[in-house]
Amino acid sequence: MEDIKPQLVKVTIDGIEVEVEPGTTILQAARKIGGNVAPPAMCYYQPLKGSGGKCRACLVRVAAGSAKDPRPMPKLVASCITPVQDGMIVENSTNEQVLTTRKAIVEFLLINHPLDCPVCDQAGECDLQNFAFNHGMATTRYEEERRTFEKKDIGPYIQLHMTRCILCYRCVYTADQITQKRVHGVLGRGDASEISTYIEKAVDNDFSGNVIDVCPVGALTDKTYRFKNRVWFTKPVDAHRDCPTCSGKTTVWYRGDEVIRVTARKNEWNEVTEFICNTCRFEKKKTSDWVIEGPTKISRSSVISANKYRGDLIKPDFQRKLAAATYTHVDDERDTSQLGIQQLTPERFAPVLPHANDPEP
Amino acid sequence: MGKKILLEHINVPGIETYDVYRKQGGYTAVEKAIKTMSPEGVVEEVKKAGVRGRGGAGFPMGMKWSFLAKPEGVPRYLVCNADESEPGTFKDHYLMKNIPHLLIEGMIVSSYALGANKSFIYVRGELMYVIRILEKAIAEAKAAGFLGKNILGSGYDLELIVHPGGGAYICGEETALLESLEGKRGNPRNKPPFPAVKGLYQCPTVVNNVESIATAAWIINNGGDAYAAIGIGRSSGTKLISASGHIKKPGVYEIELGVPVEEFLYSDEWCGGIRDGHHLKALVAGGSSVPILPANLITKLANGEPRLMTYESLSDGGFQTGTMLGSGGFIVFDETACVVRNTWNFSRFYHHESCGQCSPCREGTGWMEKVLHRIEHGHGSMHDIDLLVDVAKKIEGNTICPLGDAAAWPVASAIRHFRDEFEWHITHPAEATQPGAVFKGEMALV
Amino acid sequence: MTETQNTVEFTPERLKIAQEMIDRYPAERQKSALLPLLHLAQEQWGWLSPEVMDYVGRMLDIQAIEVYEVATFYTMFHLDPVGKHVIEYCRTGPCCLMGGEEIYDYLKQKLGIQAGETTADQKFTLKEVECLAACGMGPVFQIREQYYMNLTRDKVDEIIAELSR
Repeated sequence: MEDIKPQLVKVTIDGIEVEVEPGTTILQAARKIGGNVAPPAMCYYQPLKGSGGKCRACLVRVAAGSAKDPRPMPKLVASCITPVQDGMIVENSTNEQVLTTRKAIVEFLLINHPLDCPVCDQAGECDLQNFAFNHGMATTRYEEERRTFEKKDIGPYIQLHMTRCILCYRCVYTADQITQKRVHGVLGRGDASEISTYIEKAVDNDFSGNVIDVCPVGALTDKTYRFKNRVWFTKPVDAHRDCPTCSGKTTVWYRGDEVIRVTARKNEWNEVTEFICNTCRFEKKKTSDWVIEGPTKISRSSVISANKYRGDLIKPDFQRKLAAATYTHVDDERDTSQLGIQQLTPERFAPVLPHANDPEP
Repeated sequence: MGKKILLEHINVPGIETYDVYRKQGGYTAVEKAIKTMSPEGVVEEVKKAGVRGRGGAGFPMGMKWSFLAKPEGVPRYLVCNADESEPGTFKDHYLMKNIPHLLIEGMIVSSYALGANKSFIYVRGELMYVIRILEKAIAEAKAAGFLGKNILGSGYDLELIVHPGGGAYICGEETALLESLEGKRGNPRNKPPFPAVKGLYQCPTVVNNVESIATAAWIINNGGDAYAAIGIGRSSGTKLISASGHIKKPGVYEIELGVPVEEFLYSDEWCGGIRDGHHLKALVAGGSSVPILPANLITKLANGEPRLMTYESLSDGGFQTGTMLGSGGFIVFDETACVVRNTWNFSRFYHHESCGQCSPCREGTGWMEKVLHRIEHGHGSMHDIDLLVDVAKKIEGNTICPLGDAAAWPVASAIRHFRDEFEWHITHPAEATQPGAVFKGEMALV
Repeated sequence: MTETQNTVEFTPERLKIAQEMIDRYPAERQKSALLPLLHLAQEQWGWLSPEVMDYVGRMLDIQAIEVYEVATFYTMFHLDPVGKHVIEYCRTGPCCLMGGEEIYDYLKQKLGIQAGETTADQKFTLKEVECLAACGMGPVFQIREQYYMNLTRDKVDEIIAELSR
């Protein structure tokens, strides 16, 4: 048998050509190019089968359907679920209609969103906040009453603040696809829909905590972390442990030398690629539980990286090892500054690599 | 223009029973198709007939059938959309209740054409009594050998299942209907894939409206060409029109496509004109989702020619001066009707019926309803009018399914044609909120 | 409404119907029978309590949440106890053109309840619904499977008197 390699197809997005395998979606092709060419996504989540198509944040214009049939598509299409064709020409940030529509989508998503970012744990790592900042307007035209819900605990670890939910369905797909028994879902209809267990039921299984990571907003939050800190005060490091349940590969979030949160690792599109168990997430809150690998790569534009890592001072290769050593030794006096912006200066990296993974005293 | 295809025997006593229906020539189409025609031959006749989907979208039925994928070893399904819920439309209800066998016969012929061995009729749950009528009719047809195993000794098997909905307009959208039929929430699917490739249970599926499927028997008996000869051009055949509102004779009428709107509205054969002492103010020609037109635009085209009851003529002028045939829900408003109140009412309907899956529809329909509610109740401001137009524009075309468009059009068209009435509500809140108050400004009444 | 919610099981006749309903759908596709079974359950118990929904879920071998998701999506299902007669009143445009709002006000006044409420004697529950596909015969309301059309004040009086007996 001959090896049959799939013929790559060529697609042009915002004037940049990229070659991808047939069946790739426009959004994935655009992500391959990267940067602003990648449309925003509020509901699509690559690791979750069936996700996408709902929020309409990623709508793009297809100026030419394919080389064979170069007619434009009549409506904007959801790039996360539309496969590319050879010779397709797509306009994302270069198209006025796309940008106007995106602005409208921000507005729609925000009319029933509480705008309580100052007290929301998700602030600073919120997809909706980023989306609104990048594509929205600074004002609102909405004068009507907003829908509100009571906060609910769904199990010992997770709080559901439905008022913030944008109904992306990611948590539902997560529960469907990585747990044996889903107990929460979308109930009701239209703008009265809500994520709920209907009758009080604890979401209780080894992987339930992952719904927190996939939530694009602060609707599902980690009760062990609630109101403990703001993400921009904290320092994420990649870490792992030998876990019998999951891969044990996590991001461990420090404030000073205290582990205040554990999450799954996210890629540059803010997607978890390996889900983690609740033991790793909620119960391993000591540095001694973890083998620290090094600082988590955070986008430079994120508030989390604000003034933390000075790439100009640290050589990339050296950085990982060095950070592994330092994070157990950081004192965090400067975190209490008014702005909370901390600076990790070179002198704080003590050259004590051999003891990097020693248990805490 | 009295050609009757579907309602020819409607007044025959007992036509709801198998025996009477059979005596009137019922089930001859099944015999003809199964004994003398190939499935492809049946598809060909329906294509020739040019019958367009009667549920509202107007997509040619034969073409839809020919798109059906036919992979080996995978079952194919025919699903009849009897989830009739569009405000102003009640023709399928009428047809199924009165001549259930016409739909059953159409289902058998259509299923045979598509190679389906299990076909479904999805009826809105509110019509439980109609479901019982259909189930009785199916049992009769089965007893007569037209359903079940080895129909008429041909080796062709068919089982017909009537499936109740649960109260959701959105399930009239074909992919939401399929989700619902699978026992799920009626959330429309993203397309592609289309049902013709991946439909019910991920198998190739055709979804057709009741009225569309009911035409199949006549087409097989008389030939596709004979059907195409009725009507005008691409609007071939007859159409059931559900007439309601301020007319003398509300009801369901079968018309040959091409009847002038004016004639349909005023002739004693049909609506019988506006109720005594009143005048036509506005009209919704194709169910609540199509644009509302004022009296002066509905009966005549821009060039002065009469507007006809066809897909093309009703949409003449685009959304500026035209509307759509839609599902044939013909709602007539006289001068006592308040367009603002009606627009709010329709808007509330779409808000209530939005599935909530995609953000423009979920959030936008509620927004429009709330603003319209304010205007209607005397709390509007002038900029609300432009806001409504803008929100409608932002919903339209950006949603997973056409419910977004259906919610946007009535609002946008009402403001386009009756803006002064909206303004009056805002400038005269005390007057406008009196019970039964209606704008009496300059208006073209006919 | 004669049975209590504690004995959550279909009557033998309904159990037979339920099994037939499940068997209509292809193998492994028994979830399709969910809406028919919920209607059947509501026919027996009057409304759908969590216990009833759990029972239906077990019959179909699906998670309870899948039943709740569906039951809350469709407006025909009553998720709280209701009166003996549930009046489902059409509030949509074409009925309103025919005086639907006025008749509705009259009905509310007559029963002394608002939408969503049940009369003190547990006889009537009032629900507002959208278009019932009987626009030419408006105003319309529905009680169980029965449509009441071309409503007038007198007709409302008659119907309520009849059902109050």
